[in-house]
Amino acid sequence: MQIAASIGRSTLNRFQILGRSTIFLFVAFFQAFLPPLRFSRFVKEVEFIGSKSFLIVFITALFTGMVLGIQGYYSLRQFGAEAVLGVMVALSIIRELGPVLCALMVTGRAGSAITAQIGIMKITDQLPALEMMAIDPIKYVISPKIIAGIISLPLLTAFFDLVGIAGGYLVGVKLLGVNEGAYIGKMVTAITFEDIYGGILKSFCFGILITWISAFIGFTAEPTTEGVSSATTNTVVVTSLSILVLDYILTSLLL
Amino acid sequence: MIKVDNLVKKYGDVAASNHLNCHFEKGKITVILGGSGSGKSTLLRQVVGLEKPDSGAVYFDGMDITIMHRKKLYEIRKKMGMLFQGSALFNYLNIYENIAFPLHEHTKIADSVIKTIVTMKLEMVGLRGTEHLMPSQLSGGMTKRVGLARAIVMDPEIIFYDEPTSGLDPISTGVIDKLIKDLNRALNITSVVVSHDIESCFRIADNIIILFFGEIIAMGAAEEIKNSKDLRVKQFINGEPEGPIPFTRTDKNYLDEILFY
Repeated sequence: MQIAASIGRSTLNRFQILGRSTIFLFVAFFQAFLPPLRFSRFVKEVEFIGSKSFLIVFITALFTGMVLGIQGYYSLRQFGAEAVLGVMVALSIIRELGPVLCALMVTGRAGSAITAQIGIMKITDQLPALEMMAIDPIKYVISPKIIAGIISLPLLTAFFDLVGIAGGYLVGVKLLGVNEGAYIGKMVTAITFEDIYGGILKSFCFGILITWISAFIGFTAEPTTEGVSSATTNTVVVTSLSILVLDYILTSLLL
Repeated sequence: MIKVDNLVKKYGDVAASNHLNCHFEKGKITVILGGSGSGKSTLLRQVVGLEKPDSGAVYFDGMDITIMHRKKLYEIRKKMGMLFQGSALFNYLNIYENIAFPLHEHTKIADSVIKTIVTMKLEMVGLRGTEHLMPSQLSGGMTKRVGLARAIVMDPEIIFYDEPTSGLDPISTGVIDKLIKDLNRALNITSVVVSHDIESCFRIADNIIILFFGEIIAMGAAEEIKNSKDLRVKQFINGEPEGPIPFTRTDKNYLDEILFY
């Protein structure tokens, strides 16, 4: 009896969190478009989530592309198909690695910071203070972050794709001697618009997912030091796993 | 001005507010006294609408804020100022931006005028010249004063203070007390102060409410409370360890617990 009750309780709890977080997302999203619009807040968040992630995305993309270049070269050479190296690198990056790795890096850098920031605002009464100044904390703090995530992630992913392909080119063409024309030319003919569209759509969804989960976990964190530190860890774990699961779902839907 | 009507709030089995009835007079300083865990902060948070009571009502100028629509509540909040225990300054804004924040958000006042207003408020709390500093660069007493400057920047009708003097040295306490009193006398601002600092309480209070485990055990003018014959009130204001208010919280007998555990 007791076991059944506790299973029931924890299930209800989980559904409650799911419901609350969904409402949270919708409120935050639609509040962003209601006046007063806070354009400067939004620009600041794009700077924080997007432009400050450039370096980390650049390095990740470069090395991912370079590794793909080497690995692809040695696998493809066994079939004498080095010429399609460009296609292989570009397809794996544009369709899969770009959006996913980019999202994971942004989670680690910006997602955890968002949770910590909101959690600390909660501990130090800054959220109630906003409320007392007749300013909706969700609209003021959360909405700009969610919109910034939606804008930043696709842009970062596009940048990732570009750098990744360049990384593959660097290793494949310059180092291992794949024909330059084949690398670029075959890539251009083989990649369709659907590939790019799929990748960008994924990054779009990841953008919402990252800011949504990290803001919600921060917002509902227990207002203690331990509460915020465990919330930060939770954000990274939950968001990263959700990204991988959502990636599978989106991939299977898109194909 | 504010009337609290039969307010009940429970956390689990513990009643933080147990059928509270009280009111805060216009133009007066009312101090809510109580030990830690007596439910005074909970009462304050319900009065300003940060927390919803389980039952009961809080009337602000005759309107019940516990069932009020958010938009209306925000309108009323513009007439309220609040100084939080930890000052709650925005750590990513400097002192000037912190104080100017409500003005920037709610009014269309020109920047040059805002600058004048901020300078005036900072002068009131004696911190002119700190505009460019960040909150982390100030001491505890100074952040409280900046918090106070921010709370009064919209010229509220009523200010709520959540433990304004806790954790401050005697001089800072004196400064804050004087500020609370001056604001009340000069601008006729109604003030509600949550505190456990008896000395500071008697320096500023017109009316006093004493809370004990979620219940009001005494309420009245400061003089009345001072001369109260009630043993619990006497124990509290004299800070006596022995008396009708027990120090321990459990009903279990101490001897029973250590001998027959």
